[in-house]
Amino acid sequence: MGQTIAEKIFAAHRRDTPTPDNAVLNLDVVLAHEITTPIAINDLVARGMDRVFDSAKIKAVIDHVTPSKDSKTATQGKILRDWARRHQIKDFFDIGANGVCHALFPEKGFIRPGYTVIMGDSHTCTHGAFGAFAAGVGTTDLEVGILKGVCSFRRPETIKMAITGKLADGVYAKDVILFIIKTLTVNGATDKILEFVGPVVDAMSMEARMTLCNMAIEAGATCGICLPDRTTAAYLWPFIQGDYASVDAAVADFRQWHSDPDAGYASTMALDISGLEPQVTYGFKPDEVKDVTTMAGTRVDQVYIGSCTNGRIEDLREAARILAGRRIAATVRGILSPATPKVYVRALEEGIIKTFMEAGFCVTNPTCGACLGMSNGVLAAGEVCASTTNRNFNGRMGKGGMVHLMSPATAAATAVAGVITDPRPCLRQAKEAKL
Amino acid sequence: MKKFGGPAFVLDRSDINTDEIIPARYLTENSKEALAPHLLEDLNLDGFDPRDEKLRQARAIVTRGNFGCGSSREHAVWVFEKNNIDLVVAESFARIFRQNMFNCGMLAVELPKEDIDAIVALGPDLTLAVDLEKNVLMAQGSHKASFAFALNPFDRELVRAGGWLAFADAHY
Repeated sequence: MGQTIAEKIFAAHRRDTPTPDNAVLNLDVVLAHEITTPIAINDLVARGMDRVFDSAKIKAVIDHVTPSKDSKTATQGKILRDWARRHQIKDFFDIGANGVCHALFPEKGFIRPGYTVIMGDSHTCTHGAFGAFAAGVGTTDLEVGILKGVCSFRRPETIKMAITGKLADGVYAKDVILFIIKTLTVNGATDKILEFVGPVVDAMSMEARMTLCNMAIEAGATCGICLPDRTTAAYLWPFIQGDYASVDAAVADFRQWHSDPDAGYASTMALDISGLEPQVTYGFKPDEVKDVTTMAGTRVDQVYIGSCTNGRIEDLREAARILAGRRIAATVRGILSPATPKVYVRALEEGIIKTFMEAGFCVTNPTCGACLGMSNGVLAAGEVCASTTNRNFNGRMGKGGMVHLMSPATAAATAVAGVITDPRPCLRQAKEAKL
Repeated sequence: MKKFGGPAFVLDRSDINTDEIIPARYLTENSKEALAPHLLEDLNLDGFDPRDEKLRQARAIVTRGNFGCGSSREHAVWVFEKNNIDLVVAESFARIFRQNMFNCGMLAVELPKEDIDAIVALGPDLTLAVDLEKNVLMAQGSHKASFAFALNPFDRELVRAGGWLAFADAHY
């Protein structure tokens, strides 16, 4: 029988097989941020094991709370910074160069097809967009990864998710993944890999694929994964042009990772997304999802556009299409956090930042901050936020606060109206105005 | 091998996430001990009080499906460890939380819904004991009951080794 992409990656990285159901894999990249890494560093120091397996394969960033907001977060940054310096970790991104990890690291070309990647962050599944096996792990897994360059996983079982149809204007990868999570439920993919295939995925940009894979964890999946193709090769070209004679050659090489036609799957699901409406969450679980039209009119106090899910340039462009020439409601606080410095600069060059500011948005530096209620837009009890992030858990963005997850376009339309709003009429108007 | 069990506390709800177990506002702590007072501080469960004396006395948790979903934060395991709770019995776990438990040498036991129903029916004065040689969980409440469970052999090795770091350092 043939192999899935995940099985091929496991086979190529297998260090040990402690039982038939478990594999210890060699790691290509170990990613680190200042929230989950310092305790690993302190523990390694305390054990007299303050070493790294390969400083070139470790990438680190201060992103969750930056600039530091108090002595404790300053200390977390300092522990990571001092560690990166003493181990000569060249790819360390500090203030001025830092951004949200799952947007920043792909942008730097660190993630390649066929790679194994871990990070002490559940949204590490984002990097599966490149045809990598990328899993969020806890601090002990991270610590062993830093020290030994290995991580243990159960034998990979894959759910194949074939997505067909055509995305309507105003409907995005975010809406597709919210709908998938609603279909699978929050633990429908636990211990499984979600392999996204089909013409809708083939037509998606790398940014859209990252949004898709980013929320695989919200269905419990170990990793989301897309098959690496021409879109992948074109995105990575500036970083791989020394390795391949042409983009065609890279595309041909990437094909080695594609799942075989006779590969075995735990299950296969077909999803036709023609006619899919923009999606919005309503409860405290990411599978509590409804069509925007049934949620329309829900009052919000804050609109947040950013994060590893939807803080990239394409996201900002879609929101700006709606915000151009409009003002956000007087009752709404709008916050934009471009996910990386590169996104920020690009948005400046394209006039997007000006559009956001003229609409009444506050623009913050790139940071995870408000998404998990740590800084730069924490909610008060009783407040409601329309957010392009990935988790609507009770109190996620601030104790007693409520979060509705949605796409950047839906968030922008909601900011203008002050209540949850279908972005499609706004987008149609914008289109007609242009004609 | 380490002994698991003692007074148990029931959290009768599915999908309890890591933000509820330890909210993100405490992730700025750089010691595991500092997390201890904040166990389950934001748990959304009718009648639950995080200051409940029975929770403070507990050595084990009994709960429902998809326990520990959400963030990868190992803080959600450490906050139990630092409250002397090293056994969680659930219908199912989120992958990262379950791995974090075994990585810390702690025990995550999965039982079918009927068994969890039966344990919950034993009432609030509940004590658990685990026989790791026979893979049996003994529960004592209004009466006695025992439940067989399956344990992945590698997870058992991690418990025996006292966690993943000790295992990995010895083997790789």
